[in-house]
Parts: sequence; C-alpha cells; structure tokens
Amino acid sequence: MLEKALIGSKKYWIWLFFLLVVLLVGAANYLRQLDYGLGITGMSRDVTWALYIAQFTFLVGVAASAVMLVLPYYLHNYKAFGRITILGEFLAVASVVMCLTFIIVDLGQPARAFNVIIYPTPSSILFWDMIVLNGYLLLNIAIGWTVLDSERKEIAPPKWVKILIYVSIPWAISIHTVTAFIYAGLPGRSFWLTAIMAPRFLASAFASGPALLILLCFILRRFTRFDAGKEPIQALAKIVTYAVIISIFFVLMELFTAFYSQIPEHMKHFTYLFVGLEGHRGLVPWMWASVILAFGAVILLINPKTRENEGLLALACGAVFVSLWIEKGLGLVVTGFIPSPLDKITEYTPTGPEVAITLGVWALGFLILTVLYKIAISVKEEVEN
Amino acid sequence: MNPSRRTFLKLTGLSLLGLSARPAWDALAGNEKTKFVKGPEALKGKRWAMVVEMAKCREGCRDCLDACHRVHNVPDFKNSKDEIKWIWKEPMKAVFPEQEHPYLGEPLKERPVMVLCNHCDNPPCVRVCPTQATFKRREDGIVMMDYHRCIGCRFCVAGCPYGARSMNFRDPRPFIKEVNPEFPTRTKGVVEKCNFCVERLAQGLLPACVEACKEKALIFGDLENPQSKIREVVQSRFTLRRKPELGTSPQVYYIL
Repeated sequence: MLEKALIGSKKYWIWLFFLLVVLLVGAANYLRQLDYGLGITGMSRDVTWALYIAQFTFLVGVAASAVMLVLPYYLHNYKAFGRITILGEFLAVASVVMCLTFIIVDLGQPARAFNVIIYPTPSSILFWDMIVLNGYLLLNIAIGWTVLDSERKEIAPPKWVKILIYVSIPWAISIHTVTAFIYAGLPGRSFWLTAIMAPRFLASAFASGPALLILLCFILRRFTRFDAGKEPIQALAKIVTYAVIISIFFVLMELFTAFYSQIPEHMKHFTYLFVGLEGHRGLVPWMWASVILAFGAVILLINPKTRENEGLLALACGAVFVSLWIEKGLGLVVTGFIPSPLDKITEYTPTGPEVAITLGVWALGFLILTVLYKIAISVKEEVEN
Repeated sequence: MNPSRRTFLKLTGLSLLGLSARPAWDALAGNEKTKFVKGPEALKGKRWAMVVEMAKCREGCRDCLDACHRVHNVPDFKNSKDEIKWIWKEPMKAVFPEQEHPYLGEPLKERPVMVLCNHCDNPPCVRVCPTQATFKRREDGIVMMDYHRCIGCRFCVAGCPYGARSMNFRDPRPFIKEVNPEFPTRTKGVVEKCNFCVERLAQGLLPACVEACKEKALIFGDLENPQSKIREVVQSRFTLRRKPELGTSPQVYYIL
C-alpha cells in the first residue's frame, strides 16, 4: 500500500517538502546540540527538563486518544466511528514516534540509549515507559495496517487483529498512566506529587487528541474527497466536551487542595504558574491564555447550537488543543522545578536551536501522519470507486 | 562452496578471534585492574555518614569546597546555568525551610550552610535511574555514579529532593583549572554529584572536605560502628537532617 504515498497532487508534495525543510532545519540544529551538549538549550542546573520532555508528555496524550475511537467502535459497536478509527490509529503512530524522538533528543548521551535495555531496571518508571510506548507504537502499526489492507481487499480483517485491538484499549490507558507516574512518584517535587496526576493526564488527553482528530477531519474534507461525516464528528465533539470539563475540574481540585490546606510547598508552584513568584512571572500570561481558551471552548462546546456549527466547532477544538498544549507542553513540566528544592527561582526560556529542534520533531510527526493519512484516504477512495 | 565465500568465512572467523584477543590477553596478563581497588589500608565501614557542625564553620571560608572540587575535577563555568556542584553553601532558610519563622534574625536566616549529597539510605535517585548508572553500594551505603553508563536522562535530578545533582550541560574539561590525573574527568551529557570520596576511602584517607576543614566542623565516620566518634555525636547531640519527612533517610546530620 506504500505506493499510494508516492502519487499525489501538487499541494501534497509542496506540503511534504515544507515539512521536510522544517525537519532538516531541526536536524541541523540537533547536530549542533550533539556537538555542544544540552547546554545549547534553555535548560539549566535547576530546570533540567523543559520543552522536549513537555512535548513528549503532551503527545503521549494525543497518542492515547485513539482509544476514544477504537473503544466505542469495537466494544460498543458504534458504527459511525468505523470510517475514522484508522485516522485515530495512524495519529497514534505519528504521536508515539514524536514522543520517542523527543526522549532521544532530550538525552545527554543518546548513543547510550540502549543501556535502558541492556541494564533493564524495573524500579525505574522510564523503563516501563519505554515498554508501553514501543508496545503501543507496534500495536497501532499492526492494527492500522492490517485493517486497512483488509479494507482494500474487501475482506474481513483476520481474527488475530481483534485480539490486538482489545489489548490496545487498556494499553492506551497505560501509556498515559505510566507517563504520569514519571512525575507523580518523586518525593521532593510537590507540584507533581499528586495522586490525581494520571487521571488528569487522561482527561486532558481525551480532550486534546479528539480535538485534533476533529480538526484533521475538517482538513481532510477540505483537501481530499474524504468526508468523515457529521455524526462521528459530533460524537467526537461530545467526547471533547466532557473531557475538557473533567480536565478543568481536576485542575480545580489541585488548586483547592493546595490553597485550602495552605501548605507552602504545594502553593508556591501554583502561585508561580498563575500570578508569579517574587516578581518572576514568565508563565503567567501563557497560563491565563490557557484558562481563557479552555473556558471559551467549554462555552462553545456545551451549547448544542454552537457545537453543531462546524466553523465554531473548529474554533473550539483549536482552543482546546492550544489550551492543553500550554498546560501540558509548557506549564506542567517546567513549573515542577520552580522553585527548586533549595527554594531558588530560575526561570526558563527556550533557545532558538531548542525551538528549531522541537519544530523539527513536530515536522517529522506530521510527515509520518501525512503519508499514513494519504495511504488510508487513497485506499478508501479506491474501494469506494 | 565457492572459494570466495570460503575466504570470506575464514576472514570473518579470524576477525572474530582477533576481537576476543585483547580481553583474553588482559585477563591472562592480569591487566584487568580497576582504578580504585581497595588495599589493606582502606577505611571500612557499614554505613558512612557525615555530621556538619555549623557553629564551628568559619564564615567566608571555602576550604572544604575548594578541596573537593579540586580533587574531583569539578569544572568552574562561572554561571549558574551550567554550574556543577558537589559541596557548596546555601542560606539556612533554604536548607531548613521548615525551621524558618518571622522572628528568626536575618544573619541566622542568611547564614551559609554546607550542603552536599545526603547519601540517603533510601535514595529516590537510585530508584528512578533507568540504567542503574546511579546505585547504592551495598557494603557501606554510598550512593555512587557510573559515568560511563549514565544516559543523561536527568530523571535522578528530578528525583533528588535536595538539589544535590548536576548535569554536564556541556564539555566540562576546558573549565577545569588544574586536572587531577588521579580522578576521572567527566564528559558532556552525564550527571554527577558528591561520592563521599570513595576513591580516598579505598586508600585509607578521609574525604577531602573533612581533611581540608581546619575547624573540624565536618565529622565523617561509620554510624554502624558503636565505637565511632560520629555515632557518639549523633547519639548524644541533637541533630537535624534535611527533609527527613520524605522517607529518604539522609545520612548528613546537621548541628546548627
């Protein structure tokens, strides 16, 4: 089926070329990082994880969201999702590839990455994250590819795929749970030391991922002959609505616990995030933008009239995606380090090379996504003709 | 089998044999020595620990800090972003934030206190490391690093509740004033921290910081040994540890 990716319109090739350029700029900057060390980024002794690890954390959520299509379709026989489950699975593939690339890009000694396999250490959450992420990647490649191949041959998918599909459902939950455990089990980082971390991750994942899927469906309708249809998009929109509300609810729970208990260790990180600490307010405008976007999206999503208006729905989905990207991809990781265990406030600003590398990894993901979607849409068109 | 294939196989076999020659030779010739083998003179203990007696610590003095950073080839980047620290000073209010109150005088609040790796009995950094590059030595409880195994993921940095770990964000070698050939320098992309001077203990020497302190403000010894001085001090005097409520069981004790 790969040959389908080789025949495309002029727009398709221009888009691929554009992504390739961004990817190459990122790669060139990565070579500089390999030479100089991670000091080329804005990270410091106090803020040792930042943009890369935050992107990884956010994208795990996008990847896990495929389950929001797979579960209703396969477990509840919700037929409307049948046409687009492949989009969810391929989005998961592209997202997990980005996740893994962000981890590699963040390593001080990437050439030694295989030490994680050579010296397996079950006490480390990173070891388990490697297993669940790679497993989820393989599952989605196998499932997506086989089901699409069967669709092309107009036969029922082989039975063994069904087993993989059932496995992939709890597996999707696991990737986000394990990723949350990276943060939630550290004794000295009170910002992350919360039992609600994994549920919070899941809620925001089930909002940001399906929101992106809706946007992708709109883009596909605009540029290809593939129309996902009104019903699945509206069903996805309801999932986004519930998930974003639960996500906001969970953040409010965190704020209550911190500020009602009045425990300084728990309050100071949130204070830094939303109003600034001792004059340091680097993330404050971002976080308020996130808050406004989230509440704005809720207003648009909760009202059936605005939700069913596709233009406003696209706007709401964009707002959800950006809002949660700020919350996970910017605020959550860096703020865990501010203030430091020795009560020092070191703010973080990404550097040019760091942003270029980050964009390069995103371009890689969208390149994979574009090629996979091209194949899927071409197969669907071929079958329909 | 055609001749070229046979030659290829032969060459492959020979090359493989060649690869194994060096390790075999090393093993036979007894070349396989590690740098810090314990001699008969080595200090032996079951639970190394340190007491920091702040009353004896002279203000403005940097003897322990300089001694440590000199023997361990700790670079000086002159900026806080890339900084590497093994032992350093922090204001008391940052070291013991739970002891701060509005009536505590400014000089006491700002009083510099020596901080270093606590060599925790239950170290979170060891728990989170995905490659066992950081580990607790079973025989004496020292939390150590294998700089050759570390992948630079910095999970240990996030895991340490004391800020004791530093990442080599860039090549440290050009920033070492005078390289001590007795101790390895590090490469960019690995994490490092205080090692309680394992290399000196193996030679029967006390840690460099303890030796350098003229005021005898640092006491080092084996807590498991009932006759040791440190045991007597910890038993009879009131000491504080940093964040003991986290369950890490830090092994640096403070007398303020």
